[in-house]
Amino acid sequence: MQELTGAQALVRSLEQQGVEVVFGLPGGTILPTYDPLLSSSLRHVLVRHEQGAGHAAEGYAWATGRPGVCMATSGPGATNLVTALSDAYMDSVPMVAITGQVGTSLIGSDAFQEADITGITLPITKHSELVTDVARIPAAIAEAFHVATTGRPGPVLIDVPKDVQQATGPWSWPPVMDLPGYQVPGPPSPTAIRAAAALLVRARRPVLYVGGGVIKSDSHADLLRLAELCQAPVTTTLMARGAFPDAHPLALGMPGMHGTYPAVAALQEADLVVALGARFDDRVTGRLADFAPRATIVHADIDPAEVGKNRAADVAIIGDLRLTMAALADAVAAALPDGAALPDGAALPGGAAGRRATAGTADWLAVLASWKRQFPLRYTQDSDGPLKPQYVTERLSALTGGEAIIVAGVGQHQMHAAQHYSFTRPRSWINSGGAGTMGFAVPAAMGAQVGRPGELVVAIDGDGCFQMTAQELATCAIEKIPIKVLIFNNGFLGMVRQWQELFYDERYSSVELGTAIPDYVKLAEAYGCVGLRCERPDEVDTVLDKALARTDVPVVVDFRTHDREGVFPMVPAGRANDEIVLGPEFSADEQRAATRREMEI
Amino acid sequence: MSTHTLAVLAENKPGVLSHIAGLFSRRAFNISSLAVGPTQDERVSRFTIVVDGASTPVDQVCKQLEKLVRVLKVVELSEGGAVERELALIKVRVDPAVRGQLLEVAGVFGASVVDMSPTTLVLEAVSSPAKLDALLAMLDSYGTCELVRTGRIALARGAGVITDDGPASTAFPEPAETAA
Repeated sequence: MQELTGAQALVRSLEQQGVEVVFGLPGGTILPTYDPLLSSSLRHVLVRHEQGAGHAAEGYAWATGRPGVCMATSGPGATNLVTALSDAYMDSVPMVAITGQVGTSLIGSDAFQEADITGITLPITKHSELVTDVARIPAAIAEAFHVATTGRPGPVLIDVPKDVQQATGPWSWPPVMDLPGYQVPGPPSPTAIRAAAALLVRARRPVLYVGGGVIKSDSHADLLRLAELCQAPVTTTLMARGAFPDAHPLALGMPGMHGTYPAVAALQEADLVVALGARFDDRVTGRLADFAPRATIVHADIDPAEVGKNRAADVAIIGDLRLTMAALADAVAAALPDGAALPDGAALPGGAAGRRATAGTADWLAVLASWKRQFPLRYTQDSDGPLKPQYVTERLSALTGGEAIIVAGVGQHQMHAAQHYSFTRPRSWINSGGAGTMGFAVPAAMGAQVGRPGELVVAIDGDGCFQMTAQELATCAIEKIPIKVLIFNNGFLGMVRQWQELFYDERYSSVELGTAIPDYVKLAEAYGCVGLRCERPDEVDTVLDKALARTDVPVVVDFRTHDREGVFPMVPAGRANDEIVLGPEFSADEQRAATRREMEI
Repeated sequence: MSTHTLAVLAENKPGVLSHIAGLFSRRAFNISSLAVGPTQDERVSRFTIVVDGASTPVDQVCKQLEKLVRVLKVVELSEGGAVERELALIKVRVDPAVRGQLLEVAGVFGASVVDMSPTTLVLEAVSSPAKLDALLAMLDSYGTCELVRTGRIALARGAGVITDDGPASTAFPEPAETAA
């Protein structure tokens, strides 16, 4: 049997796993592994901060569906990955982090650059292991990828002491995985599928509440089929933007705290909510007790612990969502009176006509259509007034035909991007959902661009977020990763400012960053990127055209956006979704009409 | 207080205890009692975990425990359907004049004397948690000066055996068939 050092075995295991790129930064205890890395088939992207490596691995995974890989040394190198691991855990992103650790004889001695990273990351990883035997390295790596990518995906951390990397052990591949307690949910129960289909066929006010699981399981095609068969409206959560085309007549947009009025109100009035790979997050439900009060709940998820965690399910469908979606669409097709006559769900028209024969949802769709007309996402862009972030997003959406891969940080810019970009396909929206990690966008865009090199990757970022991880522009410039970064620079921690305006009597405490420092154009140029600035609405198209045309270098655009612009609609935290606030663009009469929500079905 | 007793089989590997304890901490679940030891299979440890159903969603506890990669099986033992035991060592300060009386109390509860000094006794009691509580209440009047008590261990009554293979314990009830 061939003998390899632990370091060689680690690198070769990554190659065998089909890894093409590792984002990382070397240091003392991971040095042995960086040596064989040099002569391997793996591309290593040298980041400027390990947090950037972690988010880049996430962005890569979001964009490609393949696990992202990052690497760091022990102690501070490893702890710098913590935010990204937490982010990946919250958003179920498949990711493998490999960290060096001090030698086994030094563990526990407070050695230089020692940190108990498996202990620190225990609550924010799907699994972690400190590998103490060189012979276990291939199996540990294979298990890490298996656990990270199967079932509900998530981050796995493998911590390898320096002496284990240097020791020699037997090499063989594939290794025998030893995971007796790890079970991957398989196909859903046919009984549950039939029960859900029966409810869907009968429902008069159904809503498909679509979460990130639909994108992760690549079941968007069956989602489209299911929605059109049932003529059921679809709302896509922040994690699921792009799972259903926004231009489709059945699309309601995003639900939740900053969701569209039709999406939020439809869930409140629904008689049936079918949650597909979604987890009834508090940002979606508002006050839980008042969420979707009239609805029977069907909850399909691969993670049994999510079903019934926040809202009890009337029908629970546990299993692989891709199999669930296919089975559900088939069952609905079979249950529809004229189902057998339909050769293909896609042949149905998008409007209500396709389902008219089986009655049911036509009246409901008419109500939703009137809500869409009455209560759209509304903002005002004066031709000579301050630049609105919504306008920039809509122009970007138009100029890219909804085909760009959009990456966002966290805050107002993220919500404006999620609301106003018209998504056409899955894996074209990447953001930090559950964790809400400011600084996510630039490194995640970098990872996404590495994973999909030929495509247009555009980070929409806030000025606050941008400054947290902007150093990765250097990585992008040197590694020729031509991302576009659109900074919505309003000089504030905008979302915090909005909360202080609304809930703290306009007492603005530590939220003003200033628009001029740093000079983002000069900063971009200093990093070897193209820097552009846009201050007026009539410049937007020209500047965007110029930015999007550059495919050789990263581009940063400093959009000087209006500092008073808020994100609306808004359901204040902890309140019921029925208390949705349309915002200053709507009159008191309109708000009253929205709250009263008269409908007759 | 409605307590629930969970039998958890897990791989006997480093870090398993911290994974389980960490899960309880992270999810704000309360542990009333925890005991862990090896089983007849050296690769498998068995945890007996008692949780308070009033403050902790037991169904969630089971499902979250089962997601831990090193956890093999989680079974909730039904109340009354399991033999439950705790062990306590109790040092009691006792005047020689009432020593006989105390020994009588110990005898009633099946506790044995495992050490004695002119002024103290050490009792060993193995019993159900309720009986143990009753003994401790009785001993209070004599002067318990030191108490050490294990977590609860439990084993289902009858011929059934909890093994680490077979289906997961937390199954969802199948929905009733409804006519379309």
